[in-house]
Amino acid sequence: MESVMLDRSPATTRTFDLEGGSTRELNQFLHTDLAASGVRRVEVLNPKGAHSIAVGVNHPVEIDVQGHGGYYLGGMNKHASITVHGNVGWGVAENMMSGMVRVKGFASESAGATGHGGLLVIEGNASLRCGISMKGIDIVVGGGVGNYSAFMAQAGRLVVCGDAGDALGDSLYEAVLYVRGRIKSLGADAREEPMGAADIAGVGDLLRRAGLAYDPAEFKRVASARQLYHWNADANQEY
Amino acid sequence: MNKPFDPVSASAAHRIQREESAGYDRRVIDYIHHAAASGLYEIRGLGAKRHLPSFDDLVFLAGSASRYPLEGYRERCTTKTVLGTRFAKKPVELDIPITFAGMSFGSLSARVKQALGRAATALGTSTTTGDGGMTQEERESSKTLVYQCLPSRYGFNPDDVRRADAIELVIGQGAKPGGGGMLLGQKVNPRVAKMRTLPEGIDQRSACRHPDWTGPDDLVIKLNELREITDWQIPIYVKIGATRVYHDVKLAVHAGADVVVVDGMQGGTAATQTVFIENVGIPTLAALRQAVEALEEMDMRGKVQLVISGGIRTGADVAKALAMGADAVSVGQGALIAMGCNHDSWFGDGVAHSAESDYAVLGTAPGFCHHCHTGRCPVGITTQDALLEQRLEPAVAAKRLKNYFKTMNMELTTIARACGKSNVHNLEREDLVALTIEAAAMANLPLAGTNWIPGA
Ligand code: SF4
Repeated sequence: MESVMLDRSPATTRTFDLEGGSTRELNQFLHTDLAASGVRRVEVLNPKGAHSIAVGVNHPVEIDVQGHGGYYLGGMNKHASITVHGNVGWGVAENMMSGMVRVKGFASESAGATGHGGLLVIEGNASLRCGISMKGIDIVVGGGVGNYSAFMAQAGRLVVCGDAGDALGDSLYEAVLYVRGRIKSLGADAREEPMGAADIAGVGDLLRRAGLAYDPAEFKRVASARQLYHWNADANQEY
Repeated sequence: MNKPFDPVSASAAHRIQREESAGYDRRVIDYIHHAAASGLYEIRGLGAKRHLPSFDDLVFLAGSASRYPLEGYRERCTTKTVLGTRFAKKPVELDIPITFAGMSFGSLSARVKQALGRAATALGTSTTTGDGGMTQEERESSKTLVYQCLPSRYGFNPDDVRRADAIELVIGQGAKPGGGGMLLGQKVNPRVAKMRTLPEGIDQRSACRHPDWTGPDDLVIKLNELREITDWQIPIYVKIGATRVYHDVKLAVHAGADVVVVDGMQGGTAATQTVFIENVGIPTLAALRQAVEALEEMDMRGKVQLVISGGIRTGADVAKALAMGADAVSVGQGALIAMGCNHDSWFGDGVAHSAESDYAVLGTAPGFCHHCHTGRCPVGITTQDALLEQRLEPAVAAKRLKNYFKTMNMELTTIARACGKSNVHNLEREDLVALTIEAAAMANLPLAGTNWIPGA
């Protein structure tokens, strides 16, 4: 609690108002001046759906975006902990490496796309292709996810507390998906598997970190049947 | 002695019995037999093998009475090339207009990537990563390294973005516009698998569309994100596989590209379906003309640079591409051949070792090999095999690359001087005519000896 108090003191907080200023100034500060500035918390006011807010951050800093973000909020994030007090457009936290991005509202398409690490929490719903081509990131969605979510997901975990749309986990590699609600349909090569003790523990830990009070035992596990890993003419595979 | 007249001679009868069908020639029969036996389409390396209108179908009109040439060895002819002058604070500055095309670590060995980097650095040109991320070897050996952002995003990460000299957002590849990358299991060794976050040994088929944007309006936003991450320092290229080039170039320019790379259908590949290689996309010659027209119409020539690739093999090809309006070219397959692809031997410890039997194991022979997809490259280029890759010595390969590019560059300046240009970028369409009607129509140039431009 104490460190949070310290982080929020005016001396270590820097505010960017995108009403008069620009995303460019914000990102330039985050990339070049932040490390030496002693600033530990950045507040972004009036984002009004601007694109590329706080992209490419490479430093442990808390960023609060007070409103809605556009495309690619927190894209390629490393180390930073970003909270959006609103909704976001496409590709939130795309290709994130580490750190955390939390969206208090809803997320549009391709949330967490190709993310390699870190934790993305979407408290509301996420649209189509959530977790597409994810490569190690953990994603927790408080609501549901749209069609084609976790398409070609390679590694990491996607936890969906609501329902999942059509073709969940199509052409899945080694990522594992957990869904509490209804799965409209599974994609090619994705299959439901029993929840093991490690799954329960892992989902429990992710829910705790996301601040969502669901019972991990309520979730279904979806993983790859690994039937598409190799070409096989006789299996009538679609190429 | 006169033979009696025989209306059907024995030899004619013999030929009639063996008349080949144009529609079902041996190539088509082989194709159907292969399909029937395997149930799987053919996948192979190299680019299109069919005959296509190309730069070979153009010739230069050099200096004469109406315009004078420059002295071949005495008068200067500069080749300096700058890419990315539109928005980037640090454009890419090259000594020659010939660059190395993007080829992945995975399709190529790490030693090959290192050789490419060394050669590029020695030549003062750039090299490019591929669908598999950036290796330490290529970053360290390359002074100017272009980092590709592909649909798969294998190994794509912000640290490498920050240490790149330019970013190339790849929308398509000439050998397979509309298709994703492919790397068969034999080449997905532990290092390749780890870099791509894939299980070892799987037949990797990567995505053909980017995961986080769709269509030209999104592309504007995506390019802006890459610029924001790199603080507008380095150029952002957009690479397209040649199909609807005129529109695609306009959209890339509109989206904010500093450089547009257009890859024609003669472009190489390490593994693609043959049906794709031979039947999708348009020839480089036609693509280049459309790209230049698009830039001219937008008044963007010289502001957004154009790089052309796909079957650039010789200094004459480079000169013709520049004269038609390209600012630079990229070479991929030619570079592999320079390193020894399709050579009968590989060179180790200063000695030539025959590779003929290794080609034979693949069912082929030097001069005909297209077996990059197998990972069993007889000369150690397109392989991830620990033993085979040793057949390529980076120092030797880099030297050969350097020689090849130097030769092309000398040929380029030879032609430029003959056309009276003290700068290779001053070569112009006026300097060219076409030898065939097809090439004249595609390149929008007059047929040699006439003023006729088909369709003009
Ligand atoms: S020699 Fe090697 S690089 Fe060349 S076509 Fe054959 S396998 Fe490919």
